[in-house]
Amino acid sequence: MTDRRDRDMSSDAIFEERRRHLRHLSDEELYTRFWELTEKLVEPLLQAGREYTTPAIERSVLLRMGFSSLEAQAIVRGVIDHGLMGRGAGHVVWKVSEELELSIRETGLSLAEGRHWDVAARLFDEVVS
Amino acid sequence: MKRDVCDDNVVCEGRQEEDGSVQPVRETSISLDIDERLDVRRILEGLENYRSPRRPWHWREGRGEPRKIGAFEYLETSESLKNSVPLPGSRGFGYIDPQPDCVITTEIASGRFEDDIRRMRMAAWNGADHIMVIRTAGQSHIDSLLEGTTQGIGGIPVTRKQCRATRRALDLIEDEVGRPINYHSYVSGVAGPDIAVMFVEEGVSGVHQDPQYNVLYRNINMLRSFVDACESKKIIAYGGQLQIDGAHNANATAMEAWKVMPELMVQHAINTMFSLKCGIKPENIALSSVPPTAPPAPCMRIDLPYAVALRDFFRDYKIRAQQNTKYMESETREATVTHTLNMVISRLTSVDVQSTITPDEGRNVPWHYFNINAVNTARQSLNGLDGIREMVDINRDGPLGERVRELKERSILFLEEMLEVGGYFSAVEEGFFIDSAEYPDRKGDGIIRELEGGIGADSLFKRADDYFAPVSVHFGYNNIPPQFECASEAIGGDTFQDPSKIQFIDELDEYDNVNVRIAEKQKYYDNPNLVRPEVEFLADGVIVLTLMLPCDRRHAEAASLVIGERMGLSDCEIIHCQVMHPAEGTYIEMKGKVDFDIDLSKLVLPEVVETLSESEIREDVRERPMTVVAGTVGEDEHSVGLKEILDIKHGGIEGFGIRYHYLGTSVPMDKIVDAAIETNADAILASTIISHHDIHYENMRKIADICIEKGIRDQIILVGGGTQVVNELAVEAGMDVGFGRGSRGIDVASFLVKRRREMRKGRDES
Repeated sequence: MTDRRDRDMSSDAIFEERRRHLRHLSDEELYTRFWELTEKLVEPLLQAGREYTTPAIERSVLLRMGFSSLEAQAIVRGVIDHGLMGRGAGHVVWKVSEELELSIRETGLSLAEGRHWDVAARLFDEVVS
Repeated sequence: MKRDVCDDNVVCEGRQEEDGSVQPVRETSISLDIDERLDVRRILEGLENYRSPRRPWHWREGRGEPRKIGAFEYLETSESLKNSVPLPGSRGFGYIDPQPDCVITTEIASGRFEDDIRRMRMAAWNGADHIMVIRTAGQSHIDSLLEGTTQGIGGIPVTRKQCRATRRALDLIEDEVGRPINYHSYVSGVAGPDIAVMFVEEGVSGVHQDPQYNVLYRNINMLRSFVDACESKKIIAYGGQLQIDGAHNANATAMEAWKVMPELMVQHAINTMFSLKCGIKPENIALSSVPPTAPPAPCMRIDLPYAVALRDFFRDYKIRAQQNTKYMESETREATVTHTLNMVISRLTSVDVQSTITPDEGRNVPWHYFNINAVNTARQSLNGLDGIREMVDINRDGPLGERVRELKERSILFLEEMLEVGGYFSAVEEGFFIDSAEYPDRKGDGIIRELEGGIGADSLFKRADDYFAPVSVHFGYNNIPPQFECASEAIGGDTFQDPSKIQFIDELDEYDNVNVRIAEKQKYYDNPNLVRPEVEFLADGVIVLTLMLPCDRRHAEAASLVIGERMGLSDCEIIHCQVMHPAEGTYIEMKGKVDFDIDLSKLVLPEVVETLSESEIREDVRERPMTVVAGTVGEDEHSVGLKEILDIKHGGIEGFGIRYHYLGTSVPMDKIVDAAIETNADAILASTIISHHDIHYENMRKIADICIEKGIRDQIILVGGGTQVVNELAVEAGMDVGFGRGSRGIDVASFLVKRRREMRKGRDES
């Protein structure tokens, strides 16, 4: 751990000690360092964003597919219950609609009402197998 | 490679310009009349079919060019408005209304959007072009969009219907004032991506988005917050909205706000870099920066180096300068001074968006006129400081430069230690943030959040290899099936491409909605002549009394409540109390409610005196020359007002050919009458500004009496004037007329000509 937690040192002394490696840097070098460190810090956060999804993200997809907030919520609930979140809620609606040759809207409304989940489960199990 | 934003087949209502910008469609079914209140019922009519297209952020036009306005050259203004209410002081400058170059923000959210839109119209007329809507308490924790128009607490439920209605009203208002208005709210909480989508669909131009805010202040799970933010920011980038971060909250939360500056810079940096990586353009990334301290602290010396350091490090981004709220009490004057000092910093450094805090925020949810006051504090200060950097520069050689350097180094050390402990999540788990010591010192009172804890901790799902989101804008992994170039092709285009797919929900709560609230106040809607005072909601009845009681604080408070009761007010509450001296006096501001309406159609209004035309006055004076004697009478040294009435340069009576003899100030009453006799004047113009014990009317009475004594009263016109003069009382005091505040030379000249005609006619008849 850093010497910051050494209570024998005054806060000014802590700062003087810690800043030693920065002292010789020009203002422009400080600028570069500030942004390089920040970039390093946010990279894992962005990586998480690339790899994960959430109920809110999936609802936002469904909203854009033409569902209301209430409908989107019901569909996402079904997707979670059927363990299909990793595949994407919009994906589930699209795939079922293709299979049943129904419109996206009709399919989504049916799923929101609890219908066709057997079809969804079957379609996605096939992919897995 | 497949694209994560399909932009080229945008089907958007509105006109697409060559540069790609979208010109919003204009409202055609309703229009505003300047002389009528905005009727929300018309806004709600057919709302389900009203489409507000994508509305990218709008900066003011004509910035960066010198501009001649009235008698002055301005360096930091933008194009003027078509309709506005100029500052009161503009009277002395020909009613000019220079619009500063930066966008000016006001936050409006009383809890009822139908009343807010009237306030927005007033704010726009006073120079606001960024209307920010605060969300109702608890909306952050609702894991969905809210719908309908339920009443909010400390803000409003931000819903599709509320957004669409507000945007529709703003579309009309911006046409009225002649400048686009940015509408703004929050993409935060556990429904961030949902809200981001709805905002693009409903024409919202500015957003707050900062995952750190969720983590620190809303205890939303860290991973959830950042994962959601990626999608939200991608959507914001597509919408071309201005994004403002949430770092200023650290300033408002920390115990000793002036010590968190290194951390503030780190918070700004994290959200800025994160946003950039999600695709938001640098010019659409704004830092929410607040001068951290306020008087009686020597705030300028503390806050200025911070502002400079921030602008150095964030030179590629925009500065949204917020005003200090941390040290606000209930006194509106004190808050206004702090905010004015904040704007000195804005002008000495830089500002792209000047936000305003209403001076009553220390006492209640902002009231109508305090929004206007706040906007005017900004407009006035920014006008006054226009171009100051041409003459005053920041001296970096000395304490300021040293402090700037120190702040930068401290913030870098903060970042270094964050990486050292394992990154952002570990740093938050160790309580790095909102610690009130100045880093690298640490007090140990920071906010701690666990990676596994917080709201929504169990709501993250790893995307599978075949994860697919069939939308035109999406962040991160998306396995678009090979037959599609763009993901949304799978569904024939999403709502960003085909807005007709947007689903509109009207109301979900049959007892709590705008229609019920309108019905409760039906008589005011049906009869606009029926009025009751209001501060927040239509006809809420609230008025404010200001009292000065010659006693101690506790008695003054108790006495005020009794006074309110005896005056027939209900729900009296003291909203500000200030001791002038422990025994000599206490100043009180108290609100209370009246329970009666006024019918405007039954009021007897004082007659509006029609002035003669300029040419008619000139013609009359040319035919029969007119001479007046003028002076400020009694022991009164004021002269400015009278000179404006006389002087040709100020549009005074001289300009109509009337000759005047100006006798100066503190003119004795008999002297002014004697002068009138000597010069054979047609009139005496007696100015009286001092009004203690009605001395102004006493002096008028003396002049009239002297004229009677000397036998000239029926041959001379007596004119009394001054800021406290009321016509009826001046006439009662023996004058022919009294001119009060705001009178102009033409009013006086017109009266003189008319009165002289009457006198001639009277003489002819007799």
